[in-house]
Amino acid sequence: MKMDLLTSLYVFMLAGFIGFEVIRNITPLLHTPLMSLTNALDAIAVVGAIVLVGEKKSTFATVLGVIAIVAATSNVVGGFFITDRMLRMFKTSRPTKPQLTKP
Amino acid sequence: MTDFAGSQYLIEIIYLIASALFILSLKWMSSPATARHGILAGEIGMVLAIAGTLLHHGIIDYKWIIIGLVLGTGIGIPLGMVQMTAVPQRTALSHAFGALCVTLVGTAEFYLRTPNVPKFMMSVLSMEVILGGLTFTGSLMAAGKLQELLPQRPITYKGQNLVNLLLFLVAVGSAVYLVLHPGARIFFPIIVGVSLIFGVLLVIPIGGADMPTVISLLNSYAGLSAAAMGFVLDSKLLIIAGALDGSSGLILSVIMSKAMNRSFSNVLFGAFGQVQASAAGEQEAKPVRSATPEEAAAILLAANKVVIVPGYGMAVAQAQHKVRELYDALTKKGVEVRFAIHPVAGRMPGHMNVLLAEADIPYDRLIEMDEINGDFPQTDVALIIGANDVTNPAARTDQSSPIFGMPILDVDKAHTVMVIKRGMSPGFAGIDNPLYYLERTLMLFGDAKQFVGAIVRELTGGH
Repeated sequence: MKMDLLTSLYVFMLAGFIGFEVIRNITPLLHTPLMSLTNALDAIAVVGAIVLVGEKKSTFATVLGVIAIVAATSNVVGGFFITDRMLRMFKTSRPTKPQLTKP
Repeated sequence: MTDFAGSQYLIEIIYLIASALFILSLKWMSSPATARHGILAGEIGMVLAIAGTLLHHGIIDYKWIIIGLVLGTGIGIPLGMVQMTAVPQRTALSHAFGALCVTLVGTAEFYLRTPNVPKFMMSVLSMEVILGGLTFTGSLMAAGKLQELLPQRPITYKGQNLVNLLLFLVAVGSAVYLVLHPGARIFFPIIVGVSLIFGVLLVIPIGGADMPTVISLLNSYAGLSAAAMGFVLDSKLLIIAGALDGSSGLILSVIMSKAMNRSFSNVLFGAFGQVQASAAGEQEAKPVRSATPEEAAAILLAANKVVIVPGYGMAVAQAQHKVRELYDALTKKGVEVRFAIHPVAGRMPGHMNVLLAEADIPYDRLIEMDEINGDFPQTDVALIIGANDVTNPAARTDQSSPIFGMPILDVDKAHTVMVIKRGMSPGFAGIDNPLYYLERTLMLFGDAKQFVGAIVRELTGGH
């Protein structure tokens, strides 16, 4: 049990550093879609709620769990959906329009 | 870890793959060219993880799981279809939902496990519900302010910071007591309740202009609470996802507060935008020069290089599509048009980029502050649409100004400055902007959408 805990702390630390390194390189252009994407990924908490509801240990836990599943799933679906919509809007001018300059 | 059922190994492997996909997903977000692969990777990871979880040997009933998933999908789809101008409040709302999930699961886990909760477990469980609870109500408040259901101005009262500090101490103190005395279950609802109240009180004194920092900070808290939940449930996948989200939010909030030259504590406890209300009264009526749409169009047409500076006012007026028409008309006439994006323009990180991309403005025309500031002396016209404080030269020169030291767009160095503004009332933060009284500045009074539309008509119809 103690070792498990320590492993979890290592995982947390390493994931935190990876997060910093990866996200530092993200262009400010995409900060809004970044936030909606991390929001969707964060909703992976739904797996905890699924197990909680499925195990049916108490009515209280099941009720809270179902609400939790609803909240997290709406984040998963809505988050990916809107991130994709946003990213589809980002277009470059280079391939289609050659740059014009005044003579 | 030794008495795993066979399916449990499979689930752990699936989680491992999902974790890798999540990291790749964020990595691919670094450039618009690969970003959509990033979404795909995230989606595959998510579907794998949820499908894998359904194999969990402890699950004996699927009915309510399926009902929850279906209901959540039903709510998620409309939330994914909101207008781009509503993205900040949607984001705040989804932080609230994420935190709600974490808080509810944490609460259920506590009552299932109590009183046999080891000390470390109880500590992370408390952290989970404290962060989750304050993020839930705090994000709801932020969403309410952004949707203008609540006043955007800071709501302040005497002794506010003291009350907040006391509430926080009560929550943490109760948590510590519960860790030491696991049988004292009465303290758990106190922790949750106080955290919920704390979240409300933490966000109501924060003004609309500070929302980019606050949203980022709440994003970070939501991630950290999910990571804490990962510790409670011994789920490495959740720890990883939470840590990624937590560090993402933290980086964004550091970028945002740097762009305003303010510290976290100043944003959270400073009640910006309230102190200056008195200073606004002292200003004498200084002369400004204004121009009509016809004059503005003529000046723009004579220019070689134009930089447009969009701000929250453009979003409020829904003027981004008219701005696109202006961009098209000027580009056709051979004028080089670029957009200068201040990191805190708008109500969340990257807000302006998304609005302009929605209006089909190519993203290589959107230039970050540090990159474009050197170009202003060679710029013929700087056209400011709905931005105020981020262009205020007092931030560079006036030590007494509340925004002194904040990095700004150096629009005052352009040959001509044009500002579209409803009237001469000071901006949201109530700070007077000396830019408006410069000799090279022309004020274009009117609604952003209508005024830009009038300029476009002049440019396209006149010739």
